[in-house]
Amino acid sequence: MAKHHVTTTINGESVEFLCDTRQTLLDVLRDELELTGSKEGCASGDCGACSVLVDGRLVCSCLVLGVEAEGKSIETIEGMAKGDKLHPLQQKFLEHAALQCGICTPGFLVAAKALLDSNPNPTETEVRYWLAGNLCRCTGYDKIIRAVLDAAAEMRGETHG
Amino acid sequence: MSSLQYATPASVQEAVALLAKAEGKARILAGGTDLLVQMRAGMVDPALIVDIKKIPGLRTVTREGGGYRIGAAVAGAELSDRADISKDWPGVVEAFDLIGSTQIQGRASLGGNLCNASPAADSVPALVAAGAKATVAGPGGTRIVPVEEIPTGPGRTSLKPGEFIVDFVLPAKAAGTGDAYLRLIPRTEMDIAVVGVGVCLTLDAAGVCTAARVALGAVAPTVLLVPDAAKALVGSRLDEAALQKLDAAAQAACRPINDKRGTIAYRTKVAGVLARRAALIAADRARTN
Ligand SMILES: Cc1cc2nc3c(=O)[nH]c(=O)nc-3n(C[C@H](O)[C@H](O)[C@H](O)COP(=O)(O)OP(=O)(O)OC[C@H]3O[C@@H](n4cnc5c(N)ncnc54)[C@H](O)[C@@H]3O)c2cc1C
Ligand code: FES
Ligand code: FES
Repeated sequence: MAKHHVTTTINGESVEFLCDTRQTLLDVLRDELELTGSKEGCASGDCGACSVLVDGRLVCSCLVLGVEAEGKSIETIEGMAKGDKLHPLQQKFLEHAALQCGICTPGFLVAAKALLDSNPNPTETEVRYWLAGNLCRCTGYDKIIRAVLDAAAEMRGETHG
Repeated sequence: MSSLQYATPASVQEAVALLAKAEGKARILAGGTDLLVQMRAGMVDPALIVDIKKIPGLRTVTREGGGYRIGAAVAGAELSDRADISKDWPGVVEAFDLIGSTQIQGRASLGGNLCNASPAADSVPALVAAGAKATVAGPGGTRIVPVEEIPTGPGRTSLKPGEFIVDFVLPAKAAGTGDAYLRLIPRTEMDIAVVGVGVCLTLDAAGVCTAARVALGAVAPTVLLVPDAAKALVGSRLDEAALQKLDAAAQAACRPINDKRGTIAYRTKVAGVLARRAALIAADRARTN
């Protein structure tokens, strides 16, 4: 069967690609569009390393077909920093040493940004539940949660101690 | 790997025609959180994927006759955003919201949860307790089916070839009605229910229960609607004697499996405990409704 011709928007830019039905959005991002920031940890919806936003909703791109991207607006980790300027979440992940191998990091960042965009002042419990679908095998969750809470405080314009 | 077709029908009729032509080799795609996992694992190998999300009504929630019509492909996160239905049917919304992570919530649907037909599907006992009905479209037209009549066993449904679910109707809630869903999982997030219990009940002005529906998940091959558990509540003020009867009736209905997440004895006991707790939450909600 002929490949699907898909027109979509990724990080604000119009993008066209060809894909087979079986290719997931994650496959397309990584293999067709060379957007390799989104990672494949499990390919079964369990780890969150592939997290992206589709029309503003946080999803696992390993559980979305590439062809479903037609006409949608997709946001990936590549759209997070503005040029050389890191997003506060990225900066705080560095400051808090909230990453080691880094495989889980793009997913955590995309998911955390989605939380802070809708809830600028989450409790620690809210952050932990929101990120329950993001797994990290090396850093441990505490540093990640601290980094998110600290970034949230900074984005609210609060000084932190 | 065979070539796999993909279609986005724009109407129910078009979807039904596609399914009929595919002669059982098609699969419906809603959120894909079961289907795409199963395809990757080689458990299913369809020739055609019918993505129903472009069909009008499949992704909308509308108020209707005091109740709600919920498109079969509405995602969990979309339903949780609705303050009105969260207030009217908190048990249903909470049960749906328990499915998976934030990411899974961005895609998972009620239609997929029901038609995947896992005995542990979280939204199903809550829908059954609420008295939800499914609109089923197929070659023979449309029929309305109580949710409890859809699953027939693990991975199996009563849908006939070419049929699919278009939407669910939650009835108008009688005054003094509340619902609740509780599940037990070994972790606090991201796990499969060992037991799930949905309760919906109505209290009169004097606090006497006048109607109830109790549904159990994960303790039998399909969701169970348990009339004896409902009978234990009706006529009572949910005193200890009534709760004991409820507990016993819930336990008596269980036909669970033994597996690493729960023995038969454990699942049975927990079904009784959760039924009591869910009934008390539903009663609290009924009083403030
Ligand atoms: C990480 C993870 C965690 C999960 N956690 C839970 C959990 O806690 N509780 C739980 O209950 N489930 C859980 N699930 C399973 C799954 O997310 C749910 O069952 C979900 O509701 C499925 O909906 P969907 O729209 O993604 O279905 P899909 O994958 O699109 O479809 C599922 C099946 O139903 C069929 N189908 C879909 N819609 C229709 C329709 N309208 N008419 C007829 N057939 C239809 C499909 O063909 C397919 O066979 C989890 C899954 C993952 C990956
Ligand atoms: S790769 Fe998608 S959730 Fe793990
Ligand atoms: S930093 Fe290695 S998995 Fe999280």
